[in-house]
Amino acid sequence: MNNLVWLIPTFPLLGFTLLLLFGRRLGEPNAGWLATTMVTGSFLSTLCVFLGMAGKTSEERVYEITLFEWIPSGELSVGLGFLADPLSITMALFITGVSALIHMYAIGYMHGDPNFSKFFIYLNLFVFSMLMLVLGDNLLITFLGWEGVGACSYFLISFWHEDPANASAGKKAFVTNRVGDWGFMVAMFLLFFNIGSLKYSDIFSSVIQLDALTQTTATAVVVMLFIGAAGKSAQFPLYLWLPDAMAGPTPVSALIHAATMVTSGVYLLTRMNPVLAEAAGWSSDLIWIIGLFTALFAAAAAVAQNDIKKVLAYSTVSQLGFMFVAVGSGLYVAAIFHMITHAFFKALLFLGAGSVIHGMHEEQDMRKYGALKKAMPITAGTFIIGWLAIAGIPPFSGFWSKDEVLLAAWNENKIAWVLLLIAAIMTAFYMSRLVFMTFFGDKRWAEDEKENHEEDEITPPPENEKKNILNPHESPALMWFPLVALAGLAATAGILNLPFSHNTKYLEKWLEPVLFGNEVHVLASTSTKWLLAVIAIIGATIGVLSASYVYLKKRINPAQIELPILQDAWKFDRSVSNFMGGPGRKIFEVVTWFDETVIDGAVNGAGKLTQNLGTRLRATQTGLIRTYALGMVIGAIAILAYFVSRMGF
Amino acid sequence: MEAVTFFIAALIAVAGACGVVFLKNPVHAALSLVATLFGVAIHFINLEAYFLAAVQVIVYAGAIVILFLFVIMLLGVDRAEDIQSDPIIGQRQLALLATAGLLILGIFIALAFSGEVTGVPPIEAQQSTFDGGLAIDSGSISKGVPPEQNIKEIGRALFSTRYVFALEITALLLTIGVVGAVVLTRRSKSELEPIPVVEPPALMRNSEGEIELALNEDEQSPIEETIDPPVEDLPNEEVEVNGE
Amino acid sequence: MTFAMAIGTEYYLALSALLFTIGAGGLLVRRNPLIMFMCIELMLNAANLAFVSFGKEMNDLGGQLSVLFVLVVAAAEVVIGLAIVVAVMRRRPKASIDEVSVLRG
Repeated sequence: MNNLVWLIPTFPLLGFTLLLLFGRRLGEPNAGWLATTMVTGSFLSTLCVFLGMAGKTSEERVYEITLFEWIPSGELSVGLGFLADPLSITMALFITGVSALIHMYAIGYMHGDPNFSKFFIYLNLFVFSMLMLVLGDNLLITFLGWEGVGACSYFLISFWHEDPANASAGKKAFVTNRVGDWGFMVAMFLLFFNIGSLKYSDIFSSVIQLDALTQTTATAVVVMLFIGAAGKSAQFPLYLWLPDAMAGPTPVSALIHAATMVTSGVYLLTRMNPVLAEAAGWSSDLIWIIGLFTALFAAAAAVAQNDIKKVLAYSTVSQLGFMFVAVGSGLYVAAIFHMITHAFFKALLFLGAGSVIHGMHEEQDMRKYGALKKAMPITAGTFIIGWLAIAGIPPFSGFWSKDEVLLAAWNENKIAWVLLLIAAIMTAFYMSRLVFMTFFGDKRWAEDEKENHEEDEITPPPENEKKNILNPHESPALMWFPLVALAGLAATAGILNLPFSHNTKYLEKWLEPVLFGNEVHVLASTSTKWLLAVIAIIGATIGVLSASYVYLKKRINPAQIELPILQDAWKFDRSVSNFMGGPGRKIFEVVTWFDETVIDGAVNGAGKLTQNLGTRLRATQTGLIRTYALGMVIGAIAILAYFVSRMGF
Repeated sequence: MEAVTFFIAALIAVAGACGVVFLKNPVHAALSLVATLFGVAIHFINLEAYFLAAVQVIVYAGAIVILFLFVIMLLGVDRAEDIQSDPIIGQRQLALLATAGLLILGIFIALAFSGEVTGVPPIEAQQSTFDGGLAIDSGSISKGVPPEQNIKEIGRALFSTRYVFALEITALLLTIGVVGAVVLTRRSKSELEPIPVVEPPALMRNSEGEIELALNEDEQSPIEETIDPPVEDLPNEEVEVNGE
Repeated sequence: MTFAMAIGTEYYLALSALLFTIGAGGLLVRRNPLIMFMCIELMLNAANLAFVSFGKEMNDLGGQLSVLFVLVVAAAEVVIGLAIVVAVMRRRPKASIDEVSVLRG
């Protein structure tokens, strides 16, 4: 079955091409169905490869195939090849599965949009790029996918680009990503320079068997790779783009910024784990410290957000921080496990939020929600499952994966564990806040009927409009089916890696050949693990209960918790803008001056010099015969003089 | 005797040459050119190139210089030329320098001649041109032979395999020359167009005799002022020119 | 007084050099196109003299034959040159050669 690997990215590529050619003609909703079918085809191919791989023994599960030589350039030879091993197939499975569900959802969500088919063109291109990223057998293919998902992210965030705010959000995402890409590229250069190949198998065999990398080089590579990962996976300080990226349509947020693109950084570091093992200890420490800081930072910011999507955005940043804590501590399996469960429940949460927004007619401010459970039962039900998963309530999947990450933190540093626990409690708190404000409590939207009318600029809405504001409705089946599917996955995905005994740790056994024995084993007794789990459950419960005190029972004033500085995300974004606008701009002006004066001046100066020289030399072409005759005579004298000098005496 | 002849003829030739260079009137210059040609012809006789001397006088002095005089008369350039100053800056000084240099070098090389020349060794490879087929050289010059022997030898050599092709080519050249002359001087039926007037190059003095060294091209051409209108009191040819 | 001095080839060559130099100087200094032509003829004659004296020296008839050809070519050149001069200077009799300077860089 392995030779079907090339089919996996080909399906979305085919979908992209077909939609590019015929999308406008297909129109709504056929274009969407074509896209969905393609991604489903990709998912089925992945499933085939997976089943084939599962039947083999652990050593045989790594399969490489090179389609053709893409860049033959002297010493560098890069082929277009695929690497199908447990890690890449795992990623491909959940990427294609979640993407297929989101494509289906988007058919319903983007109903009525004039650029319907364009949306699906970008979505399919995105899935293709992401699959190239995970399935590539060398760093350059991964980078190709890396850049591709960055570009598609830009396209999709600024999809409604008539509003300049959306366009600049897209730009911000792309530019911030680019800063990270620089790190990735430097890492590639270093690896190529030291090892001579960009292929994963070559790199790993050189590093493990031949010790080709010194510790300094490996550390430099790891730091550069982490910069790239931080850009893509929204870690501090390159997280700035993710909250702004909520300007894109909700399926985009679900797909890109919850389930797939933002996980590329974690994937990259997990893939390069042999290099991480060669590097100095402080580089791994750097990774988990930044991850921890980001987790706390973002969780605190999420507490005070009023836009439902922004809460989920900061939540994503925070959860990615959790994953990096696991990577930095050396427990890659925990990171991948949390990545998978996060993909399920975060996509579910985003799609549910989209359903709510759709039902409330594009209203995103949670202060205008309330008691929507009756109006949208399916949305509410699935959303609650997602909420329980992310909060870490057993037996939902989030509990198991988060517990693994907490165990990783405990293994690394006890203080880190305490801080991460606080972040987990905050996670439970803000998610509960979101759920209570949206689905429970008092109806705040009926009250605002008069205010809505005042805000109408043109005319008061007609009769049926009034009814719509009063009646938020459940979404069509096309939209709630994916919700249900994802809810099922979010609820049950915990069985992938139950910690009870070695036999139930399927994910760990599955990922073994990819990790080259670099997985850190936790030094804790079983009773300690039970204790930590119980503490985690208690913490989650505290979070939920305190949120209910504040928002349901109204015992504590929310304003004490929702501090303005938290709402502004610690003013970091603002300070970056101020720096770039102020001193940053001065630096740029100096660089521009240098470029214009020195570099352009040298180039233009060479041209001007030639021109001047030419003009002066032109004076010898007088057109007068006698000056030419003079020249000839002088030439004759020169020749004669030469001959005279050669006469021997 | 040879020495006396040499020096007298040399004197004539050099005097004629200086006359060509320094005389203002073109007709006078042509006549001194004739003197030079005669002097060179005497030298040819001294060198036992009898045929050549005759040809020199007949062709050069008798035809080419006459041609010069025809053109001088036709164009009416028999006015004296202003030889005082030179419009081109520095031309005269440089010409003086160049001439001096050339003279020194030339005399130097000439006097350093010691009998060895590059090329075919003269005496050994000589064979008579009476052979049909390939002659190695053109023939020998015997000393003290009468002139008709010289002409005979030249005739034979010229029509030998070595030189006959060149001879025919020169005949062709002369024909082309004649045709070309007729074509070039043909009058077109339409009005003759004036010679285009362009601004003089930077090296020239303008009509006041001052130097303008500007390198830009937008200045008024001073030459236009010095163009005389076509003269009216010359023979018929000129009137026709004016009338068209 | 009779001079019994033998005139060697170098005398003729020196004379030829002198004539050539005078011709070159005249070419550079004079502005009338016809006089410039005459100076060119002067230079050709100097070359002819050198040819013949070398021919005499080497006992080779080639010198004289070369002079013959030079003569023919000089004649043709004069014909064409004067035709050009006539064609260009027909309208302006007092023209100097400096005015024909359109081909300027």
